[in-house]
Formats: sequence, structure tokens, C-alpha cells
Amino acid sequence: MEDFRFFIEVLVGGLLSGLMYSLVALGFVLIYKASGVFNFAQGSMVFLAVLSFVGFMELGLPFWAALPVTIGMMVLVGMATERLVLRPLVGQSDTTLLMATIGLAFIIEGVAQIAWGVDVRRLDLGIHDEPIMWLADNFEILISQLDIAAGIVAGLMVVALALLFSRTKVGRGLRAVADDPAAALSIGIPLSHIWMLVWATAGVVALVAGMLWGARSGVQFALVLVALKALPVLIIGGFTSVPGVIVAGLIVGATEKVAEVYIGPYFGGGIEGWAPYMLAVLFLLVRPEGLFGEKIIRRV
Amino acid sequence: MNMTMPIQTPQRAFAVGAPILELDSISLRFGGVKALTNISFNVLEHEIRAIIGPNGAGKSSMLNVINGVYVPQEGSIRFQGERLAAMTPTRAARMGIARTFQNIALFRGMSVLDNIMAGRTLHMHANFLEVAFRLPRARREETEAREKAEEIIEFLEIEHIRKTPVARLPYGLKKRVELGRALAAEPRILLLDEPMAGMNVEEKQDMCRFIIDVNDHYGTTIVLIEHDMGVVMDLSDRVVVLDYGKKIGDGTPAEVRANQDVINAYLGVAH
Repeated sequence: MEDFRFFIEVLVGGLLSGLMYSLVALGFVLIYKASGVFNFAQGSMVFLAVLSFVGFMELGLPFWAALPVTIGMMVLVGMATERLVLRPLVGQSDTTLLMATIGLAFIIEGVAQIAWGVDVRRLDLGIHDEPIMWLADNFEILISQLDIAAGIVAGLMVVALALLFSRTKVGRGLRAVADDPAAALSIGIPLSHIWMLVWATAGVVALVAGMLWGARSGVQFALVLVALKALPVLIIGGFTSVPGVIVAGLIVGATEKVAEVYIGPYFGGGIEGWAPYMLAVLFLLVRPEGLFGEKIIRRV
Repeated sequence: MNMTMPIQTPQRAFAVGAPILELDSISLRFGGVKALTNISFNVLEHEIRAIIGPNGAGKSSMLNVINGVYVPQEGSIRFQGERLAAMTPTRAARMGIARTFQNIALFRGMSVLDNIMAGRTLHMHANFLEVAFRLPRARREETEAREKAEEIIEFLEIEHIRKTPVARLPYGLKKRVELGRALAAEPRILLLDEPMAGMNVEEKQDMCRFIIDVNDHYGTTIVLIEHDMGVVMDLSDRVVVLDYGKKIGDGTPAEVRANQDVINAYLGVAH
């Protein structure tokens, strides 16, 4: 029984942190779906967003004022990116666009640190990284309040965006632009609006992801690396699928924690860092388009 | 090919009216290549107007000029009597010019229904926030779009494939869905770029019937490109003939068929 409780704790912890990976991966999917660009700067946007949020609070803004200010800022950053980086490169190869987003990542990281400094900061969301007493008392299972709250927020956000992009005109416009820009123009879908919208949304998603990760592990440069954990999520879920991101995030989160605890000791521990990538490699071998990605069909 | 089509009855629901689109001395060059040279013709409201010509005659270029994809170096376009300076595809769409493409340009990953609903974009005005929070206007527009899309689906007899992703459909049906997407915008003018290219006889007959029905039922003015003479002659009210980017004939199907330049262009001349 003791073992089973421990397993549940590990599994739930993994699933909840998996949802947070989903949230980071979602930022990638949004932009990839609309413009076919793998946005290397997504991690930097997470960092910039939460660093600015904490920065605004240090300047004296209360939590509820800093939030809309930062959202507004991220929307502007997203729109500026579309206008200054992507639009001049319309029609260039995917590699060119990828390189542009790598450059963008360095610029965002640099600007963020010039503006707000390089100190590690604490972000207090009012929810503490302590076990939920009720669960601990009744079931003797220790699950962090922060993990639960973060998991719920991340899950809701992913579901809301999944619905928005599958059921509404905004979603149809987005998929239309991704499928055939010329045809989208011919029925009056404004390309630049859709792209701005997507970058702005990705900016807001970055802020939420940054706040959740920042509350857990401190607001610091290392947040940029969270984006790397989104990679296996994207490979497993498929680059174009919002639901895929949820499922893959759960798989990655659960895998890394369970593997760390039960398989880790045989390797001297620390396999949490690379276990998800091993899983991603397996997926690449067996199902390269991911669980929910569009099948890659090549005509001969 | 000699196809016996139900030729339009003289009693049509929408009588052919005044010129809705006038093209005056249009010239289009790509570098040194003259795609179109000094072409003028008009399109009357509610008519079916065909542009024909051998391969490379400039038919698609002509359509792309009307649609704003290409901007001609010379000449002017008047739409409902108003001179248009620079046309872009988005402006054309806003003014009520819809089109289909020669190489089907559907949104491959989306269902038939979603493709057709995407065609309603210009009739939906709710902004991002209204859509995101499902405010009344966004909900109402979504319902309207769905109703209109269902009406078109019924009109084009594609109810059975409503939810099918278009990538899975056979060629003829894809063309029909593309027509549906263009119709969803309720256009004043519908530009059809080779709507029957690559179809078998049965599919061609279906498509002819739908084009006539669209014209008859919605009163939509239709400009179509086709190189199958037989089809064009049965379908159109008037025909423009292009050859090497120049206009060599213009008139009713009977007039065009009797035009010596047209016969030469299609059958060749002895040198």
C-alpha cells in the first residue's frame, strides 16, 4: 500500500508538470500551425514575459494591474515580431525563418536582461509549494498545491485554445492561412491579422507558462530552457495538434518522473533530463508525424 | 467533343443587365514577356462570360488581373462604373469578386463544411475577443454561417461528404467544394479558372449544371476560363477569345465559332 501511494504521488506529480510542458508547447503549436515556422524564440518569450511581470510588480504595480500591463506588452511584442521579422521574410525558406527566430531569441533574451537585470527573483502567486492537507490527512498522499493549481490553469488554457481553434471562425482562418495562403486571401482572410493574432496569443501563453514555472523554480534565465522540454512534447503530440499537445505533455511528464524514480537508480539517477528525449526518438522511429499530427504523404 | 447540354432557357430569373465589370486596354508584362496586350472587354450583370483560348493565351493571367493577383502595367478596370486604381485579392474579395483556382486550392486539412464556412469570412464581423468569449454577435454569425453553408451544401448535392476532410475527396468533388467555398461569400462576380479541367464527361456535365444553376438561382455573374470549346459554347452567353495575349474574338458563341481568326488559332493555319 505504501508503495502504491508513493507511485500515485510520483505519477500525479508527473502528470501535473506535464500539463505545464503542454502549455509551453502550445505556444510553439500556435505559431507553427499558422505560419509553418518553428519559433525558436518561444522560450525567450516565456522568460521575457514573466521577468517583465515581476519587474512591473517591483516598480510598485499590484498583481492585478501588472497582469494586464504585461499581457498588453506581450501582445505588442507578438505584433512587432510579425511586422518586423516575419512579414519581410514572407516566401523565404523554412530554414531562413528558423534562423530568424533564433536571432529573435537572442534579441529578446538580451533586451529582457538589459531592461530588468539578471537577478533571480521570487514570484509569489499566493499558492505555496506545500502538500494539500486534506489529501495528506485522508489518503496519506502528498501532492503539492502549486502543482495542482498550475496543472488546472494549464489544462484550462489548453482546452480553451483547442476549442477556439477548432470551433470558431478564428480557428478556421488560422487553419486556412496555414493550408493555402493564396486561397485564404481570395476569400478575404487577412493574412497579417491572423499572424498578428497568433503571435499575440503565443505571447500571452508564454506569460502564463512563465508565471507557473517562475512560481515553482524562480524567475531566472534558466526558464529559457523550459522550451527544450517542449520539444519532446511536440514530437510526440505532433507539431500541428492542440489536443496532441495535452496528451503528449501528460505522457512526457509522467514518463520522466516515473522513470526517474523507478529506473533512475540503475543509472545513478538524473535520467529525468533525458528520458523524454529517448521517448521522442522512439516516436520518431515509429510514428514520425506524432500521435495527432497530420500524416506526411509524399507523392512519387 | 459534342455535348448535348440543356441549353439555357430564354426565360431566365435574372435578365442580363448593364456592364458590371469593364476592362479597358489592359496590358500585363512579366519582364520582357508580354502576357496580355491591350485587351478590352466587358462583363454584363447576370451573364455567363467565357474567356477561351489555346494554352498560354493569357486566360489565367486575365483572371488574375481581375482578381488583383497581378497588377497590369497599363489599362483600367471599372467595377460597377467605378474605376479601380490598385486591386488586391483582399479588396477584390471585399467588393464581391470570388474565385476558384485552376489547381484546386482548398484548405486540405479541413472538412468540407469548414472549407465552405471559411468562405463566409467577409460576412462575419465579430472580432477576436467576441469570438473567444462567444459573445452574442459571434454566436449569431456562427449560426448564420452554418445555415448558409448547409444551404450551399444542399445546393451542390454534397450532403454526404459534409464532414469529410477535403484531402480525401476525389478530384471532381474537390472542384465542387471549391465552388461552394466561393459561393459562400455570396459574390457579385464569380471567377472560375478552368472549372472542368481534368474532369470526365459525367463530372463535366454535373459542373455545367451547377454553373447554370448558380447563375439562375443566385443571379451571380460568372466569368469562366475553359479550353474545351464544346462546353463553353453550350454554357456561355458571350465569349472572349485570347491568343498569344491578344484578343482575337468577342461575341456570342455562334459569332465566335464563325470567326476566321478563332478557327485559325484553334486549328492552326497552313503556312
